Amino acid sequence: MKFVDEFRDQALAMGLAAAIAREANPARRYSIMEFCGGHTHAIFRYGVQDLMPENVGFVHGPGCPVCVLPIGRIDNALELAEQHGVILCSYGDMLRVPASKRRSLLKAKAEGADVRMVYSVDDALRIARDNPGREVVFFAIGFETTTPPTAVALRTAKAEGLRNFSVFCNHVLTPAALNHLLTAAALDVDAFIGPSHVSSVIGSRPYEYFTETFHRPVVIAGFEPLDVMQAALMAIRQLNDGRAEVENQYIRVVTRDGNLKARAIVDEVFERRESFEWRGLGAVPDSALKIRDAYAAFDAEKRFSIVTRSAPDAKSCECAEILRGAKKPVDCKLFGKGCTPDSPVGSCMVSSEGACAAYWTYGRFRERAASEAA
Amino acid sequence: MSAIEARFGAREGKLTGTVEMIHGAGGRASAELIRTLFRRHLDNPLLAQGNDQAAFAVDAGRMVMSTDAHVIAPLFFPGGDIGSLAVHGTINDVAMAGARPLYLSAAFVLEEGFPLADLDSIVASMAAASRAAGVPIVTGDTKVVEKGKGDGVFITTTGIGVVPEGVEISGDRARPGDVVLLSGSIGDHGIAVLSKRESLTFETEILSDSAALHTLVADMVAAVPGIRVLRDPTRGGLGATLNEIAQQSRVGFRLDEAAIPIKPDVSAACELLGLDPLYIANEGKLIAIAPPDKAQLLLAAMRAHPLARDAAIIGEAVADPHAFVQMRTRFGGNRMVDWLAGDPLPRIC
Repeated sequence: MKFVDEFRDQALAMGLAAAIAREANPARRYSIMEFCGGHTHAIFRYGVQDLMPENVGFVHGPGCPVCVLPIGRIDNALELAEQHGVILCSYGDMLRVPASKRRSLLKAKAEGADVRMVYSVDDALRIARDNPGREVVFFAIGFETTTPPTAVALRTAKAEGLRNFSVFCNHVLTPAALNHLLTAAALDVDAFIGPSHVSSVIGSRPYEYFTETFHRPVVIAGFEPLDVMQAALMAIRQLNDGRAEVENQYIRVVTRDGNLKARAIVDEVFERRESFEWRGLGAVPDSALKIRDAYAAFDAEKRFSIVTRSAPDAKSCECAEILRGAKKPVDCKLFGKGCTPDSPVGSCMVSSEGACAAYWTYGRFRERAASEAA
Repeated sequence: MSAIEARFGAREGKLTGTVEMIHGAGGRASAELIRTLFRRHLDNPLLAQGNDQAAFAVDAGRMVMSTDAHVIAPLFFPGGDIGSLAVHGTINDVAMAGARPLYLSAAFVLEEGFPLADLDSIVASMAAASRAAGVPIVTGDTKVVEKGKGDGVFITTTGIGVVPEGVEISGDRARPGDVVLLSGSIGDHGIAVLSKRESLTFETEILSDSAALHTLVADMVAAVPGIRVLRDPTRGGLGATLNEIAQQSRVGFRLDEAAIPIKPDVSAACELLGLDPLYIANEGKLIAIAPPDKAQLLLAAMRAHPLARDAAIIGEAVADPHAFVQMRTRFGGNRMVDWLAGDPLPRIC
């Protein structure tokens, strides 16, 4: 048992598909938003939609850290790499996201900036230790899942007195974004699938407010295709029963209160920003983290006096609408024409977790087949 | 002790110095390096003539020529090194035309300061690979670039071969209804190399599958001379290679994920790193496309060869004006297997 194929078992999938087909009421539609790009990716990579009845559809949410980062913050990263001459470390997808004037960290790297792809913040710490004469900045992105490792790295840097290491913090928060979608963006979906890795840290409790206020079911689900299908079935049952509860599909890890130790470390190092700009959602209150004053020496924003200026998305790019679940990737004029994974215009086409990239990479045969049939 | 050995120093028969600019200058130092290192390992009558070219007679018929530059990092990896890889890679490119490889050439770009002991190991490994394959390296060249202008050593090999009469294998010959065969498990090479990256070391038992496939090809061509396409899925893996063939032949492919062999360790490493094994490089596997009535015969011929014991039928070619590669997932849904965007694993071959 390797715990890989077990969660992709076809016989179990067929059983769940049959249950969904049996229980979904043919007289209505079920619109379920998977908040997280990891779920979007799983849905497309395994062809989960093929196993769903016609009246059960997935709406892709904004939970892709690369996608939601506004252009102004990527411009800041470019500024760090090019004008301040730092060694800028970040995760792979981030390097390809277009900034203003369609520049990107990858282009800056080709022109001589010292930009390095890392798999973990630990690699950035190691690079800092190995290059004591250079400034090393970790371009931190991600939701609650990637926040604890960044917090630990900051504590480590402080404990070691690592003077050449700092973090450009862009960590964002899931519940605030979900709240914003339902209030400011007036999103029209019936239920949510919440990301299990986020809840493995924050627990399921933060969504309770949400089901009470907005009366929409939230099912916290793992990232394997069977998890997604089971979560869809749980959401359908709640909707059929007229319930709106926080349910936990991912009982193999998630608890109501999450990982208390991780939360304590995050709380020690970070505090909430009053407001943070999200691509697609605009300024969202209490939706991101910044580094506390006790760690100010390791805050790249302070160390390099970074000022973020809001920059517009590329013309005709529908990333904003797509991230709000208001449009589908194929509704964008640029989809597959000016914008492909090889030459992305918008951020949703860059990351494998972006809805446009998932549509294009795994699912576009469906669109072609549909347009030919019509 | 020769002048050059005095300069390098030698310990227990191993050279201990480093590459210097003078080794590429064409003077006595260059000649000494060639004599004491390259020619010593790669010894064969054509090379021993010491000319700037190798002259030889070949049988009449269709000839094949291919060239491949190798820039892998790290230079030594589980299951091989840049030397064996440079030999296998070009032999395989020649063999994928159904050809019998005859001779190789090798060009080295060395970086100033590169340890001669490492160069010695690499050239010894090339010699062993070439000898085992029965394809000699008959001519070559060496250049040295300043420190910082290279990454240790880059090796370019070129190979020639002859195609048996009646064999016509090309990427544009796949037809709807043809069967797609794969010679064994995917992703071994890329994961083995990745496991030794400085920034990314992880524990795995996986070895690179780097191997010369020409004897397998000879057995396959003997069994089914009408094979339409052969290709080794190196950079970009199975996914990119099938997309190339789909474009060339203007057909689509339908694959069955459950039929594609993959080792549990490779699968686990891919899960961990967020990689899709369909796009991970192989250096000892091939894809064959054959008419449906010959598929079982070809599969049996492949499984009889030690390098293709796990060969499998993984899909078929279909008529598709978009030339899409689609796959029925193990899970029961459908997805595309698109071209790879970006480069998740730079410099793996």
